[in-house]
Amino acid sequence: MMWRSPLALVRDALRGQRAREKDLRNLASNLPYEGLEKVKQPNRFFPGNAIKTTKYTLLLFIPMNLFEQFHRLANIYFVGLVILNFVPVVNAFQPEVALIPICVIMTLTALKDAWEDFRRYQSDRKRNNTPCFIYSRKEKKFSERSWKEVRVGDFVKVFSNEIVPADLLLLHTSDPNGVCHIETSNLDGETNLKPRRAVSGVCVSDPEFEPESFNSVVVCERPNNNLNHFKCYVEKPDKEKVGAGIESLLLRGCTVKNTDHAVGFVVYAGQETKSMLNNNGPRYKRSKLERKLNIDVIFCVILLLSMCFVGSVGHFLWLEEFPDVPPYLVPDSNGHLDSPGLSGFYMFFTMIILLQILIPSSLYVSIELVKIGQIFFITNDADLYDEETDSRVQCKALKITEDLGQIEYIFSDKTGTLTENKMVFRRCSIMGTEYPHKENAIRLAVLEEPESGEEVIFNQRPQLSQTGWSLHAEDTNPEEMQHHHDNRRKSRVTGSAPSDVAFSSPLETEVIPDRKLLQHISRVESSGSRKTDPYLDFFLGLAICNTVVVSMATAERQRASRFSRSRQTNNPLDTLSNVAKKPFSLRHIFTSWKNKPKRSRTISEDSVVEEEHFNAPVKIDGSGNTDGLQTCSLQASSNSNDPARTPDNVTYEAESPDEAALVYAAKAYGFTLLARTPHSVTVRLPSGEDLVFELLDTLTFDFNRKRMSVLVRHPITKECVLYTKGADYAIMELLGTSYAEHLRGKQKNIATDTQHHLDFYGKEGLRTLCFTKKVVSKKVYESWLVCRRNALAAIDNREELVMETSVQLETELTLLGATGIEDRLQESVPDTVVALREAGIRVWVLTGDKPETAVNIGYACRLLEEEDLVINMSCKNKLECTSILDCTLEEVKRYSEDPRNVDTSQDIALVIDGRTLTMALSSDLQDRFVDLAKHCRTVLCCRVTPLQKSRVVKVVREKLKVMTLAVGDGANDVNMIQAADIGVGISGQEGMQAVMASDFAISRFKHLKKLLLVHGHWCYTRLANMIIYFFYKNVAYVNLLFWYQFFCGFSAATMIDYWLMIFFNLFFTSVPPIMFGIMDQDISAEMLLGVPELYRTGQGAGEYTFTTFWVSILDAFYQSLVGFFIPYLAYQDSDIDIFTFGTPINTISLFTILLHLSIEIKAWTVVHRVTMLGSVALYFIVTLAYSAMCVTCNPPSNPYWILHSQMADPMFYLLCIITTVVALLPRYMFHVLRNSIAPSPLMQARRLDRLDASTRDEWMKEWRSFRGLGQVRRSRLSPPPSPTLDTPADIFPQSPTASDIMADDLTLNVITDNCQRPVHM
Amino acid sequence: MVKEEKEIANRPDNTAFTQQRLPAWQPMLSAGIVIPGFVLIGLAFIGIGVALFVTSRSITVLEIDYTGIEKDSACFKCSNADVKNCVCNLEFSIDSLFEGPVFFYYGLSNYFQNYRKYAASRDDEQLSGDLDAFTAPSDSCSPYDYNGNDKPIVPCGAIANSMFNDTFVLYRVVNGANKLVPLDGKGIAWWTDYNVKFRNPSVTPLKNAFNNTVKPIFWPKPAYQLDASDPANNGFINQDFLVWMRRAALPDFRKLYRRITDGEYAKGLPAGNYSLTIAYNYPVQSFEGRKKVVFSNVSWMGGKNEFLGIAYLVVGSLCVLMSIVMLIVYAKFKFPEED
Repeated sequence: MMWRSPLALVRDALRGQRAREKDLRNLASNLPYEGLEKVKQPNRFFPGNAIKTTKYTLLLFIPMNLFEQFHRLANIYFVGLVILNFVPVVNAFQPEVALIPICVIMTLTALKDAWEDFRRYQSDRKRNNTPCFIYSRKEKKFSERSWKEVRVGDFVKVFSNEIVPADLLLLHTSDPNGVCHIETSNLDGETNLKPRRAVSGVCVSDPEFEPESFNSVVVCERPNNNLNHFKCYVEKPDKEKVGAGIESLLLRGCTVKNTDHAVGFVVYAGQETKSMLNNNGPRYKRSKLERKLNIDVIFCVILLLSMCFVGSVGHFLWLEEFPDVPPYLVPDSNGHLDSPGLSGFYMFFTMIILLQILIPSSLYVSIELVKIGQIFFITNDADLYDEETDSRVQCKALKITEDLGQIEYIFSDKTGTLTENKMVFRRCSIMGTEYPHKENAIRLAVLEEPESGEEVIFNQRPQLSQTGWSLHAEDTNPEEMQHHHDNRRKSRVTGSAPSDVAFSSPLETEVIPDRKLLQHISRVESSGSRKTDPYLDFFLGLAICNTVVVSMATAERQRASRFSRSRQTNNPLDTLSNVAKKPFSLRHIFTSWKNKPKRSRTISEDSVVEEEHFNAPVKIDGSGNTDGLQTCSLQASSNSNDPARTPDNVTYEAESPDEAALVYAAKAYGFTLLARTPHSVTVRLPSGEDLVFELLDTLTFDFNRKRMSVLVRHPITKECVLYTKGADYAIMELLGTSYAEHLRGKQKNIATDTQHHLDFYGKEGLRTLCFTKKVVSKKVYESWLVCRRNALAAIDNREELVMETSVQLETELTLLGATGIEDRLQESVPDTVVALREAGIRVWVLTGDKPETAVNIGYACRLLEEEDLVINMSCKNKLECTSILDCTLEEVKRYSEDPRNVDTSQDIALVIDGRTLTMALSSDLQDRFVDLAKHCRTVLCCRVTPLQKSRVVKVVREKLKVMTLAVGDGANDVNMIQAADIGVGISGQEGMQAVMASDFAISRFKHLKKLLLVHGHWCYTRLANMIIYFFYKNVAYVNLLFWYQFFCGFSAATMIDYWLMIFFNLFFTSVPPIMFGIMDQDISAEMLLGVPELYRTGQGAGEYTFTTFWVSILDAFYQSLVGFFIPYLAYQDSDIDIFTFGTPINTISLFTILLHLSIEIKAWTVVHRVTMLGSVALYFIVTLAYSAMCVTCNPPSNPYWILHSQMADPMFYLLCIITTVVALLPRYMFHVLRNSIAPSPLMQARRLDRLDASTRDEWMKEWRSFRGLGQVRRSRLSPPPSPTLDTPADIFPQSPTASDIMADDLTLNVITDNCQRPVHM
Repeated sequence: MVKEEKEIANRPDNTAFTQQRLPAWQPMLSAGIVIPGFVLIGLAFIGIGVALFVTSRSITVLEIDYTGIEKDSACFKCSNADVKNCVCNLEFSIDSLFEGPVFFYYGLSNYFQNYRKYAASRDDEQLSGDLDAFTAPSDSCSPYDYNGNDKPIVPCGAIANSMFNDTFVLYRVVNGANKLVPLDGKGIAWWTDYNVKFRNPSVTPLKNAFNNTVKPIFWPKPAYQLDASDPANNGFINQDFLVWMRRAALPDFRKLYRRITDGEYAKGLPAGNYSLTIAYNYPVQSFEGRKKVVFSNVSWMGGKNEFLGIAYLVVGSLCVLMSIVMLIVYAKFKFPEED
């Protein structure tokens, strides 16, 4: 190491500072400087890639932690007391001893902080040591290094499924077009693939990129946290500048997908990366209980001050009484006595020191310890563990566990939260004909009920993807069928690898074609009329009209799987590396099945196939199939080089799950999307022929148009064809009247028929899409192209103009058909919703879907019951909205006041759409809306934006002053999650953004039930009881000292040794209440789940109220009176000395305080017993040892041999027994009498819990008999019902006609009751 | 197969502890269950109460106030602080045999030995015979640590300084003549005080240890001359000193002065007339205190105190009463499953 002058160091530091602050950074390659010392490195000023999220360093831990801790009010109080101890006039003895409690408390807190920080350190280290490939000039290749060694200016190679270690400027990819797909779910929760383009023209696109030849300078902006913006240019040696933006930046934390490898230049590293700049530490929330607690602490302060005041005045009066100076008044060292007034004043402060523990400052640290324990138990609950994703519940907010027990409103997202967000193609309607796909429905039903699924024999030959669709499917002989069945069973076991990548599970990928439709297509195929047949067009539209990316099922690299191990850390970035875990990892498939129970829910044939492919990836493909590709145009030929690209092992990755589902559906009918490049789309037809469409343009989806289109040139007819898909209302108004000549006149019918089908789909809860086709004449196309180019080239209003051109083209469409896609409800959602409802929680659903779908989902998950009164609010202007709101409110009030409706279980539900919601939430209507919502059991908000979601939560939370919980899974729920008291994120298909913003992360909606009903109830009850107990304990103990003041001239003398007093609070009586707070169970989990009503005890004010607080304070006063005056009366007029008098009092209060706790403890486990007995034993051992050893150790306290002599005296025991009994008798009696005369629901539940299982169930049923426990009716196949007229500007109960009810008894959720009881305007 | 373990790495342990299913005893507080307990406790308490009450009743106590505030009091003349070395005689009679062993106490009222600063005003090091503490008493003794000439006071502190110094001689009046009742001054202090806590410095003669120190301001004699009759009863292990140094917990207290155990009085004080000669030294007017002498015999439960016996009786009966109440409650509100 060369010596450098300090001046040079300073200069260097300054230069570094300047370099970092500069708006533009010039970055050069590190390679020419490789091996040189640091001073010569061009990028030495920029931070390395190692990251540090820890708060403290090893050396500075103590000062920094102390500084943190002194920010807390409780600690400041404590320190103030310690300082007061050192003030001479206060006459505190042994002021050093006063330091002990604060030291112990702060040490505990520091240990906790250190442990948390250590965990962060570990996760940092793990991340920093993740391997990656950096180019090394010495080795002439990319060599394996760890993330922390990455520096700005390095070249990093990232392979498929690997996580990008730093912000990279993409220079080269394995893709000939220079495209690299990334998945940014770690950053923004979006799972779709985003293409990133290599900076063009910077490096020669050799097959292999030569980093050494890179001699340009990269100029980029200063790091910022905007994930969607990046500005930079590359300056070549010849001064040519090439600009690049966010489309060329690979962000740290993203996963590279679909690209074999990519090479990038590191522009930002470590803390300066965009993802790290976006990472804003943990959030601090304060629970409702703690807010209440703080108020009570203030009461304690008032109590303390008034007691000190009494002491002060008492001392003054006491001094005033003396005619002369008595011998026991000790003057100060000058022989001078303070005047009574001054002494009284000083005594005030001495009293504060004496009575200081009245403020339960140890309460705060105890609460934190208790919460850590509670979180331990929550995260360790096996019921909240999801096997499929191998994830437990995560508690991100450490301070609000008890809020879980007080929830009154739940705001839930729909897609992905209530539903699985796994889109499954269910049925379709083509040219006005409905194809119900019965077999497919059966398959789905089988998947849903795994147990019975074993018995089902498929009488339809399942579609085997590797053989493609065969026309002879139905001729299969029975043996073969049996074989297939076996095969299926076998593969069901093997194929259950956890799928982390969306849309890849067989549930979504496999569609069993409808037999009739299949026959129809085969007829069309063979008839040769395929150029114009609308059926073929429909499927082509399905396959083409999307932005689905085709990826090959390449076997996962060994390296990539290593990432997956770090998944369950708290760190979101680490957690997200799970995406690297591809289902095609064969080791996964082979090994995981052993751990799975037989009844795995997925079926996969693919996995078996993959296995073969893995062994011989080239051979299988090559045969014959490539012949078909000869007809391909030039663009497609690049794909044909890829040996793995066959229909069998393509997988699709789409922006939205719906698109993938449609493509898979098309594939099931033989229309396989084979490849998509920027300029072409390749589709294999059922006949095996490959069609390569020239992709002319894609009119992307936007929220205004609610549709997307693809403009292609048909390879055979050379016509320009526009395929459009979109929401029904966005399509229907654009339909043209002219189609092929022979269909003229029928078009209208098709539209109405399709509309019927669509309505029916909506009722069934299916997501609907319409497909249209339009042939664009060459002339129109050319003129449009000009407009389009102009729009694209426009500088101002570019987006609007582009959209306009899209609208221009999307006219006169011809309807092909419609699809219904099911987003299935998650497992036991209805059950959970019913339980939550019974628990007194109102569940609101906020969704972006249309009202019909939302209402349907509402029925399916039992948010709405069939007899419920459903109010549908949808209006166009504010005036209307106001009047509707007023009328409804009046009506609802009248309804709920109507005595006839008292016993009916009929409830009111409100369905409101986004536009109306905005009006209803405006400041003047807010109150009315909230008032109305209060009367509704459930509210469904449809078509709401993320911002509206959070607004709803905020309004309800603030107006109704209730505890709210928001649960969601996607980025659009983040606002809502953050606005609620508790945000719960579901780590599902939509990435981690919701999870990152949440306080608790669960993997399934059903986990909410146990999390709230059991853990929430427990955490709340435990903590509330513990806090009340803590207040009681301190008051009861301190008051003993206070009563003594009346007998010692208010001189702040204690009859208990100072050390023993401190030990008493810190050691003898601290552990049992903490264990109580962590482990007590007032009711068993089974009971809490079985009787959700019990949850209501915690709602609203809950158990911790003003009354309970003051009752316990009064009880403490009573107990301290008893605990002091019984010994006083017993020792009156005797020769008892101070500590001999105090010892039984101390012992009595130990027993009283511990036995008081044992009255409160509801379930005595071995832990409770050990801590209880341990505390008593500790008291006696420590006190005995201390009084035996301390002869002169710490004057003035001197308890020598006192407990020993007391324990030899029978009076001591007699005194202890009677005092403890008298002190606890009232509380005990109160509990006994209340439990006997008016048992609380909790008490009744505990009684039930003791009964044996069968009697218990009987009782439970009887107890809850008023509630109907009907089964959830699942949606079944049924003919489409006749359409109902939509009158959106009206309030109307969802009323299907009577014929509907008669016609399809299988349709779910028909509202029956409201026919008789409509709401009048 | 490492992978296999990884696969379920996050599965929580399925133990009774982590799943919160530890076997637990769930006591149910309700009338039907607690009745037997209440009856049992009530009866036991009544039993103890009776025993305590009977024992307490058997204890005889004789208290005589000799403050001398009242004009007709024998010690009235001595209550004037100006009179030095005042002696007064207290006559009293005992009707029946005062069963022995009789304990002879002096009592003070309104005397706050538990006053915070007073109770701390002593030096344990010094009292345990530490010679260093003789020359430099602890701060806690202030202002009774040094006299005006900066000489250390031994024993220092307010407690020692204010030691009670009335002395008593008891005579039995037999046929008009005073017959001395022997008082036993040994073993009236705690054994641990006498043997462990308080030690004289191991200097012989004891007087030398007190060189360069002065006696407490209020004391007439230095510590090594506290008991002229018994050289072993001097210094810090003087029994009267030890008794005084054990600070009383409450402002009205008594302290053991002597025991009457010798010879013919071992069985107690026979009936008859007695005369108590009091050397009245200790002033109590400054705090409106009272002084008294107490003769008492003791039982296993200590001195006479009827409170505890009564308390046990009351609480015991209360428990029995409660159980009756609960029986009614139980009959009325019982949970059917309790049968």
